[in-house]
Amino acid sequence: MTHSTRASSPAPTGTASTTVGLFKLVRRFVLAAGGIFATWMLLAGRLDGQEMMVGGGVSVAIALLSMRHLRMLDDVRLGPLMPLHLVRYFIVFFGALIRANLDVARRVVTPRVRIEPAMVTVHTELRSDLGKLWLANSITLTPGTLTVDVEGQDLIVHWIDASPGTDLTVATREIAARFERPMKEFLR
Amino acid sequence: MMQIIGDVFLAVGGLFLFLAALGLLRMPDVFNRIQAGTKAATLGALSLILGVAFQHPDWWPKLLILAVFVMITSPVGSSTIARAALMAGIRPWRRVARKEEEG
Repeated sequence: MTHSTRASSPAPTGTASTTVGLFKLVRRFVLAAGGIFATWMLLAGRLDGQEMMVGGGVSVAIALLSMRHLRMLDDVRLGPLMPLHLVRYFIVFFGALIRANLDVARRVVTPRVRIEPAMVTVHTELRSDLGKLWLANSITLTPGTLTVDVEGQDLIVHWIDASPGTDLTVATREIAARFERPMKEFLR
Repeated sequence: MMQIIGDVFLAVGGLFLFLAALGLLRMPDVFNRIQAGTKAATLGALSLILGVAFQHPDWWPKLLILAVFVMITSPVGSSTIARAALMAGIRPWRRVARKEEEG
């Protein structure tokens, strides 16, 4: 969905590990192995020794093999408060998702469909592909907005409620801002 | 008790999925249809998953993964279809009054 810059950058080669830097590699390894292991354990559905051993082995092996290419994980910001911001994001997100549904429900059941759609451009401060993907997804699931395209740091958003007279710049800024505030703390 | 709470969530999920389908029929163009479809279908699916979680609490790890996948894939799919529609040259529907005001 994002216009990836990845295709134009040089293809990863055998020497990439020396150019990436050990710290970044270790970081990628920890994130990848942790994520894969968590998924494994959730799929296993129970905490027993055997599952953990096999899962741990598989996670470490996959993370070791793929860490050179997992450039996306460099976009994740780690910090002591990161879980807190993640929770804050999810509170905002679920609030928006539930309001989005009541909003859709209201529009769908009213006899005359009350919509005033327009394409608007929303500028984001997030630079990374992962950050923009996450933000675009969040915007799609919130009331009245649908991300249609990404151009650099601008998201093209289909907005259902652009009534004439609304200040578009201020209103569209707020579409992204409420998610960006917590997201900036854990994504680039 | 858990059974009843689960039933309520299942019913709510079904209701939202129904509204998503109704939205698909009632909205004027592809973008608005995607809007109605994505949001209601996502929360509908999440509500169904939550309902199942109440009735079978020991399934929660797999249900959590299902919920995460639904939340990631549903908006990506919608955005991709919307982008394809835009690139195929479909102009978003607008109210006639608005057009006159601009023109």
